[in-house]
Amino acid sequence: MSDVSVEKNDESAGKKDRIVAIISSVVNKVGQDDKVSLKAIMTELRDLLLVIEETRQDLGMVRPSGITGEDIPCATDELDAIVDATSEATGTIMDCCDVIQEKAAEVGGETADAIVAEVMKIFEACSFQDITGQRVSKVVKTFRDIEEKIDKLVNVLGVNTSDILQKDTRTGDEALMNGPQLASEAISQDDIDKLLAELDGVSG
Amino acid sequence: MAVDMNMNVLIVDDYTTMLRIIKNLLKQLGFNNIDEATDGTMAFEKVKMKNYGLVISDWNMEPMSGFEFLKKIRASEQAFKTVPFIMITAESKTENVIAAKQAGVNNYIVKPFNAETLKGKITSVLGDF
Repeated sequence: MSDVSVEKNDESAGKKDRIVAIISSVVNKVGQDDKVSLKAIMTELRDLLLVIEETRQDLGMVRPSGITGEDIPCATDELDAIVDATSEATGTIMDCCDVIQEKAAEVGGETADAIVAEVMKIFEACSFQDITGQRVSKVVKTFRDIEEKIDKLVNVLGVNTSDILQKDTRTGDEALMNGPQLASEAISQDDIDKLLAELDGVSG
Repeated sequence: MAVDMNMNVLIVDDYTTMLRIIKNLLKQLGFNNIDEATDGTMAFEKVKMKNYGLVISDWNMEPMSGFEFLKKIRASEQAFKTVPFIMITAESKTENVIAAKQAGVNNYIVKPFNAETLKGKITSVLGDF
């Protein structure tokens, strides 16, 4: 953690302590002396108001509306543009492959077969567009979730950010849709084949 | 028994690029009659209307996923209940493979894949061709 964030955390902790101290003081005064003056309580409450206002200003400096209204929509638009561009380019590549295949068929012979075989490799490689598209969609969804969380935080002003992260509450079939997996989480085609063979052995 | 290369094959994927790739690879392998659908709902309507010898489906689609489509087929009392079904998906976690197998999938291909893998899996499901 950087010195700046440590300082910020100390500052936040300090404000929280001040709020707790002020409230404790008010409660103690009222509890110990039934005739506690209204003026004393008002003084404490004014201090409390001051701390709350400082916290509000701190949150405002983070520019949450800029993050949700500008930064995140811009980032998601950029990602959508990447998907559109790669999709268009992939379409063009495959159109060209179709033409090459047609021309190869007209020529015929071993050379044509070799050309078609290479064209098929280009088709296979074009599947990158599907995978990258799915990965980008996951990132966009994450951004939108963050945007929603920040909006909620701003609305309640002062919520503890560590409480914002939510656990995945999906169940059943829905909980199984998480791909494409990162390499560290995925199993290979060989592993899948072995697993299927094992499962066949169990059921058979 | 030899594989009938004129059998109807249904491919299901919400990415038109992927549909095109699979269709091209299948044609290259010698399959002549290939239909397409872009989600499980459309695919299920197609299997009700036509006799398919093979279904190749993606998993992650909306509104009906390939997994739901598979379960719906296997739960049916119609003739298509036993149609050979290969899942081609980017979902590559163990629990996905197990769930698909338990739901009645015949084989499972993880994306990205190549023609050789596709041919190998079709052979394991339908026999040599």
